[in-house]
Amino acid sequence: MTTGRTTAGPPRDVVDVVLGFARTLRHAGVPAGPDRVQALLGALGHLDVLDPNQVYWAGRLTLCADPEDLDRYDAAFALYFGGRRPARGRSASEPPPLLRPAAFEPDAAGDGEDTDDSPRFAVHASQHEILRHKDVTTLSATERAQLQRLFALLAPRAAGRRSLRYTRAPRGRVDLERTVRRMLSRGGEPAELVRRRRRHKPRRLVLLIDVSGSMAPYADWLLRFGHAAVRSAPLNTEVFTLGTRLTRVTRELRLRDPDRALAAAGRAVPDWRGGTRLGDTLKAFSDRWGQRGVARGAVLVVCSDGWERGDPAELGSQLARLSRLAHAVVWVNPHKGKDGFAPVTGGMVAALPYIDSLVAGHSFAALTELVEVIADA
Amino acid sequence: MALADTSDPAALGPTDIGRALEATGYLPDEGLSTAAFLALRMHRPLFLEGDAGVGKTSLAQALAEVLGAELVRLQCYEGIDAAQALYDWDFPRQVLHLRAAETAVRADPDSGATDAAELERSLYDRRFLIARPILRALEHTPSVLLIDEIDRADDEFEAFLLEVLADNAVTIPELGTIRAAAPPLVVLTSNRTREVHDALKRRCLYHWVAHPSYEREVAILRRRLPEVSERLAREVAAAVRRMRAADLLKPPGVAESIDWAQALHLLGADGLDADRAAATLGAVLKYQEDAVRIRDTVLAELAG
Repeated sequence: MTTGRTTAGPPRDVVDVVLGFARTLRHAGVPAGPDRVQALLGALGHLDVLDPNQVYWAGRLTLCADPEDLDRYDAAFALYFGGRRPARGRSASEPPPLLRPAAFEPDAAGDGEDTDDSPRFAVHASQHEILRHKDVTTLSATERAQLQRLFALLAPRAAGRRSLRYTRAPRGRVDLERTVRRMLSRGGEPAELVRRRRRHKPRRLVLLIDVSGSMAPYADWLLRFGHAAVRSAPLNTEVFTLGTRLTRVTRELRLRDPDRALAAAGRAVPDWRGGTRLGDTLKAFSDRWGQRGVARGAVLVVCSDGWERGDPAELGSQLARLSRLAHAVVWVNPHKGKDGFAPVTGGMVAALPYIDSLVAGHSFAALTELVEVIADA
Repeated sequence: MALADTSDPAALGPTDIGRALEATGYLPDEGLSTAAFLALRMHRPLFLEGDAGVGKTSLAQALAEVLGAELVRLQCYEGIDAAQALYDWDFPRQVLHLRAAETAVRADPDSGATDAAELERSLYDRRFLIARPILRALEHTPSVLLIDEIDRADDEFEAFLLEVLADNAVTIPELGTIRAAAPPLVVLTSNRTREVHDALKRRCLYHWVAHPSYEREVAILRRRLPEVSERLAREVAAAVRRMRAADLLKPPGVAESIDWAQALHLLGADGLDADRAAATLGAVLKYQEDAVRIRDTVLAELAG
């Protein structure tokens, strides 16, 4: 019935309703930008705006862009058009989200400035050296601020692997296509042989960071490390947090400013300082991301102390599965840096057979070492 | 254009295109028919995501059949580049052409074929151009361009695709711009092995293809395999449904349940029984771990 109205678009009141709905949706966490809203208006021009089903589908097709958006969309749609309270965006079986920003204590950033600008350079250098090796949980506010700046120096990225693509090279096999192209431009004379070799493509780096209560003092720093990794190789790095559930924070960590990125990641993670179910969350990772391709041939870094509330055997079998998919599995356990450490927690014992290297990661120096381990993996 | 024609299903509404799809043997749900309808009317690419085997690729095939259009398929893989997706010059033929021209001049120096510019122009003639899928889809009207498993291509390729999809035209430096008379209907599919860039998704209608409901799956099985008995179709659909709920490494899609029903039928089954099900489990489950689990649960119940 409305098919004729293709150029005029929907009437004014429809536009208002749609804009209101888009706002509700953005509140629910679906990034429905103006161009998507425009697309929805365009779609409604072809459909019957009085048919709730058609409106539902038009909105879902144009405003959503990810399976994770769909639940939120359904809830927002029910709230806005149905007038009844939606179930929360996350499904009811999950524990209630514990929102907690990952940013640092406010005093951390403030007084760092003058310390850094102080003229005592010689002392300063050795202080840096101490700072590098200090356990990150024992830092004062000033030291934290200093160390945060040091993180800008980290550039974790995995080494390359041979790609399917070719690039020009001084030696190697003859690149027939280019050689013939050259010939053509010279009237068909084979003047020069062009050679090629395989290009190198960076491996994917996947960081799985435990943000449960026992890891809380280190989680901020490890996320900062994740931010450095995402900044260093934005297309080949994925960061997830583990706790009672799995959360992908890669998108949040793409923000340039580390503090803002961490705050955004903190808002995205619902189970900050909660319990740990490593086995289950690793399984969720393998099912939803790992097996589909994210973990294939990647360097996988699990940052956790191995305190497992669930069944350690499940953790072992999940890690076995991941070690078959990944190129290398690195485990970062902050307690390794302490005297008398032995991998005795249930999770650690179960995980050990499938780990290629176990790294400390409790101080800046240890994280620098982690960068090397990742690059050599 | 065909779309202006009222006899065309896309001119009427989502239900009509749904019915037309059903006539080809593809049974869409309401969301898919609306998606197809809007893609046709808004000239937007359709971005289909979902588990492997839920019928993303077959939708493109069914749409091509409905529209009477040619289906041009571009299978993506790692390292795919413009020369494999767009066009390529046929170098050997060009060289041959040059040599022929040379011989002609040598044989008859006064023939006037010596004009270098003329010769060069003749080198970059359309007949020396090999059309790869995208160019072929732009040149043929109407056509459905299926860009399959875009998540396997590199992200550089996505950027390049964006450019082509935005203009519906391809510029070949030596030849000029080739523009589609009517833009092809573009269907992109992804298995989510990698997240596709937002910029590409933004230009598309996004649809998540879920597993079909029980009733629909029975209907699909009956439709695709008319020789299979109603009872077998129902029991296979019910068993596959339980497998999907069983939290497997690779839950079976519709493609697998069709394979399974067919395998059971070939063994002469009229309904699902434990022995035949165990013998044909490889048609529906592709991981040893999954097979063991299902053998212990679903099949054990079948055996009673």
